Amino acid sequence: MAGMTIIVKTASRLLFPFVLLFGIYIILHGHLTPGGGFPGGVVIVAAIVMLLLGYGADAAKAKFSPLQASVSENIGSLILVATGLLGLFLGFNFMKNAIPLGTTGNLYSSGILIPLNIGVGIKVAAGLAVILYAMLTAFEEEKK
Amino acid sequence: MMRRVLAIGLVCAIGALLVFTVSNYLLPFGTFPQRRFENFEDNSVAQVYLENAPIAGAGGAGSANVVTSIVWDYRGYDTLGEATILFTAVCGVAMLFRAAKEED
Amino acid sequence: MNVDYIVAMLMISFGLYCLLIKRNLIKMVIGLEILTFGIHLFLISMGYREGGIAPIVTGTNPASVVATLGVDPLPQALVLTSIVIDVCVTAMLLSLAIYAYKYHKTLDMSEIRRLKG
Repeated sequence: MAGMTIIVKTASRLLFPFVLLFGIYIILHGHLTPGGGFPGGVVIVAAIVMLLLGYGADAAKAKFSPLQASVSENIGSLILVATGLLGLFLGFNFMKNAIPLGTTGNLYSSGILIPLNIGVGIKVAAGLAVILYAMLTAFEEEKK
Repeated sequence: MMRRVLAIGLVCAIGALLVFTVSNYLLPFGTFPQRRFENFEDNSVAQVYLENAPIAGAGGAGSANVVTSIVWDYRGYDTLGEATILFTAVCGVAMLFRAAKEED
Repeated sequence: MNVDYIVAMLMISFGLYCLLIKRNLIKMVIGLEILTFGIHLFLISMGYREGGIAPIVTGTNPASVVATLGVDPLPQALVLTSIVIDVCVTAMLLSLAIYAYKYHKTLDMSEIRRLKG
């Protein structure tokens, strides 16, 4: 798909780091404010969609290719399962909150929730990026 | 033409039935249960979660957000199954469009 | 006068109308989405208590206030899972609609049914 006018290109290039930072903030503060892994991953993929709409599919693929997105989804899933196995190796059942819990209200509290939120955020962002790339660029080669 | 009138009539009937079931003062008989604090018992699952989740010790999750501690700590296995659903959907969409790309 | 229940039931009936009457494939998917949103709204508003606060411990609401005045947190956690399932189902439906448009050159339901033979 082709890009858009120069106003859309400039605005999307200027806004991309701020939207990315907002998505990372929602993921990391999942145990203190409303949100968590799933809405944070969707906000990160919204930043990638902004680049895709403004610059076209080829420029977005040069920056974040479908192969990188597929590998990132598998890394996020492995973080999820490895954090669950940590409870099994420390002597309790699968996915038990076994690492030390800090004080309620700090950024480091509720031990196992932070790696789980990060893993699911990466998985949701990469999975939706793979879906969007497949839908938008599948039937394009006939026109060339 | 006759099928459209029948379909609109069916939707209106179902909509009216649902709205009259749920409202309190539109019909002169029957009420939906009130949502007040004195109507609920003290030992329900939700009350146990609300009291025990912010405790940073044994039996608690130590997090300030009660909903996130339910999703990840008390019911973490269900959320792992839901991550599997997301992975299956991504596999399905990628498989459909791979067959389209190999045809031409 | 439960306004939130009535609005949820109206959304369910509007979604059902869209799913039965319209013939464009994309409009039928939109009708299914509105139906699902109405069901989620009904489930979450079943957990409301009158005069309650959000179940999050902050500086102004310590843990004792949340334990006595908090709303029900269980339906919110279950609807969070249901929203992600709805996104996955919509992604599969839209990819099937793209496929149907490529092979039949139209998005009208009655035309696609007629070309079957």
